[in-house]
Amino acid sequence: MSSITADGHAAHAHSSGEFGVGEFITTYVFSRDHKVIGIQFLFSTLLWFLVGGLLAIGIRWQLAWPWSDMPVIGPMLFSAEGGQISPEFYTMLFTMHATVMTFLVIIPILAGAFGNYLIPLMIGADDMAFPTMNMLSYWVMWPAFFLFGGSFFVAGNGASSGWTSYPPLASIPESAPGSGLAQTMWLLGLTCVGISSMLGSVNYLTTIIQMRAPGMTMMRLPLTIWGMFITALLQAFALPVLTAAGLMQLLDRTAGTGFFIPEALSVNNSPMAPGGGQPLLWQHLFWFYSHPAVYIMILPAMGMVSDILCCFARKPLFGYKPMVYAMNGIAGLGFIVWGHHMFVSGMNPGLGMTFMVATMMIALPSAVKTFNWLGTIYGGKIQFTSPMLFSLAFVSMFVVGGLSGIFMAATPVDIFIHDTYYIVAHFHYVLFGGTAMAVFGGIYFWFPKMFGRTMNEFWGKTHFLLTFIFLNGTFFTMHILGAVGFPRRLADPYHYETFRHLQPINQFMTICAILMVASQIPFILNFFYSMFFGPKAGRNPWHANGLEWQAPSPPGHGNFDFQPIVYRGPYEYGSPESDKDYYPQTQPPNERGQADVSPTLTDK
Amino acid sequence: MGTLIIVWAAMDWYPLEGHWFPERVVENGSIDHLFYCILWLTGIVFIATGILLFWFLWKYDAAKNDQPVVFSHGSHYMEVMWSVVPAIILLFLAIYQMDAWAGARMRRPTLANGQPMPPIARVTGRQFEWRIQYPGADKKFDTPDDLYVTNLLHIPRDEEIVLEIESDDVLHSFFLPNFRVKQDVVPGMKQFIWFKPIKDGAYDIVCAELCGWGHYKMKGQITVQSRNDFDAWLQKTYDEQELSEFSLAEAE
Repeated sequence: MSSITADGHAAHAHSSGEFGVGEFITTYVFSRDHKVIGIQFLFSTLLWFLVGGLLAIGIRWQLAWPWSDMPVIGPMLFSAEGGQISPEFYTMLFTMHATVMTFLVIIPILAGAFGNYLIPLMIGADDMAFPTMNMLSYWVMWPAFFLFGGSFFVAGNGASSGWTSYPPLASIPESAPGSGLAQTMWLLGLTCVGISSMLGSVNYLTTIIQMRAPGMTMMRLPLTIWGMFITALLQAFALPVLTAAGLMQLLDRTAGTGFFIPEALSVNNSPMAPGGGQPLLWQHLFWFYSHPAVYIMILPAMGMVSDILCCFARKPLFGYKPMVYAMNGIAGLGFIVWGHHMFVSGMNPGLGMTFMVATMMIALPSAVKTFNWLGTIYGGKIQFTSPMLFSLAFVSMFVVGGLSGIFMAATPVDIFIHDTYYIVAHFHYVLFGGTAMAVFGGIYFWFPKMFGRTMNEFWGKTHFLLTFIFLNGTFFTMHILGAVGFPRRLADPYHYETFRHLQPINQFMTICAILMVASQIPFILNFFYSMFFGPKAGRNPWHANGLEWQAPSPPGHGNFDFQPIVYRGPYEYGSPESDKDYYPQTQPPNERGQADVSPTLTDK
Repeated sequence: MGTLIIVWAAMDWYPLEGHWFPERVVENGSIDHLFYCILWLTGIVFIATGILLFWFLWKYDAAKNDQPVVFSHGSHYMEVMWSVVPAIILLFLAIYQMDAWAGARMRRPTLANGQPMPPIARVTGRQFEWRIQYPGADKKFDTPDDLYVTNLLHIPRDEEIVLEIESDDVLHSFFLPNFRVKQDVVPGMKQFIWFKPIKDGAYDIVCAELCGWGHYKMKGQITVQSRNDFDAWLQKTYDEQELSEFSLAEAE
């Protein structure tokens, strides 16, 4: 049964005689196998996660002890300034922290790593619809890595106009040190990320629509797949807008157009060429993509968490259809609320009201999802494994992030808290407390499938506990800063009387943030140790229902050693029709007490 | 635990005193009021879901729960309940705040004759300073008797104040934490903001939109004073400006 891996390779090796260098490259480097591509994405994004985290420590250091020498790291990084962070470098730090985390970590880890790995396995397909395109979607990330990474080393030390890249600051090279070559590289990097997501999303949509196993109807899809599907739809519709806008900004910078540059502008005492454009146009175009992108960054995570919660509560999902509708509702509403990023931007205040009502309504499907998760664990038999702990943390942190969103949706309140740390708290609760927790949960959950071995539970729980404590220490405190009006993106907030007394609380947050990064050490060690030396896992170590657990661990080429046929939805845990407390999707009905790893197999 | 921290901060207890809204010095308190309304509502929801979650985790722990699991695919009644109730609350919030928004952004104060009130000064954001221009005795901008000041904005107390804000170069954001006022300053656009100060003192003008490397030091000061003090300051500063122009001419 587990010989499929060897069989797959053996069959492959026939062509070239033996497993040589060329074979190694096609198998592990330029692979067209969705599983290898998924794992490539996983490793790349985890590496960038570390980079993004360290950039955040730079930001936190400056806010806790402004203009002071950074111990150990300082002299290495900023020797020119004597180990201190300069204001120019600080603007680069938060710009690149957000850029890396958004475009190189969260979006690619969900869609690229988990999407690629899980979609064909969970729907019972042997690969993606377009394997070569899939390979390209990973390799086009490398120019993005080089462009973003390289922009740290050109004049201006990296793009520094914020991840939102608002013109005219971002369009006029004279306006800021990082607005020169670094900003051009940033825009080109963004385009590469866009191409990658676009190639991926076309692939996911086609695969999910066309390649489901017999019996796998849309309403039997695991929510993880629903999350990926809706995310791919969002990418397909919203991304072209951002790519076009990026191109327009590139033209503004290089070809002398003036899409986003108004008339009669003078920067640094030098009058600019006549523009005649509108800076607000960029904000509309940017947020038309980047608001739905917020859901691109959370919907697959919601799906993964739903799967994990059911598995470890040993219960069916509470309200499958409402969950699917809620996801679709969030995505649909997501397209008409971009203006809530612009309540104080100078946009017509009448529009503010429309966007406010739509934004308030988006809290509804989010509430439905939360209550359904609570309904799912109600009356179950909860097993506190590492993936379960991370998923439960996702639910509670998402509640905090969701509720603080209501403050922002309220236009008058937003006047005060806009661009303060209240916003920073909100999106870190959603994206770190939420998405990152789900990602960790997903890694612990699907690790046995990916590598054929299980991760260590003790160190998994240690990782969870430390991360959870310090994440709240860091991000909850931000709400309080926000209530004082503490603005984002200030290199030295204590320049203002109003914020001078906030330095001790910032120091507390910085210590928590450093400890939070340090809390990832058990994870990294556990990950690599378990990859090679962890206890071997069978096909279905968690006794889960999904199709992926019926394939060998790790699955070989073509995924399944039988033709999967689907008889029911993925959440039939504790079903009275089955003797076990689970009921795999491939197990035909009325066959009580079948052995868990070998449902009636139809040879392929 | 998080809720406790919020309560602690809101109560102004040691050591978190001052870690909440800065002192409000304008008449209109609708933003603070709305914030507290939402804080109460969300606080209740937050505590309720938190308690439910932890209760379920404790009660249905597989290690001690020997009951069979509840095999249920959901409940239509519950779904309707937890869709409709939040919908009503959110709709209430949405309608409840419209007046405050209109007051802050759409109803510009008017003169006795119904004309929109003219701005008392024009504030222009520029990397990295606030340039302030008073119209002078003729009440018109860009005439020879205009007064120019940098970073120091003075306004009279107990009067409706209208300010015209503009930008010379990139985006800025005119943020007065104590006045609950924030408005992005967009190049190419002329915008008006208004408020009614009720307390004397000097407060920070903060730039809240990233405007380049020196963003953090784009600091101004707004001084609220009685009408008499304000007029006296205006006269004195104008005289100084005239004098410096004379001395400049002599030096050449």
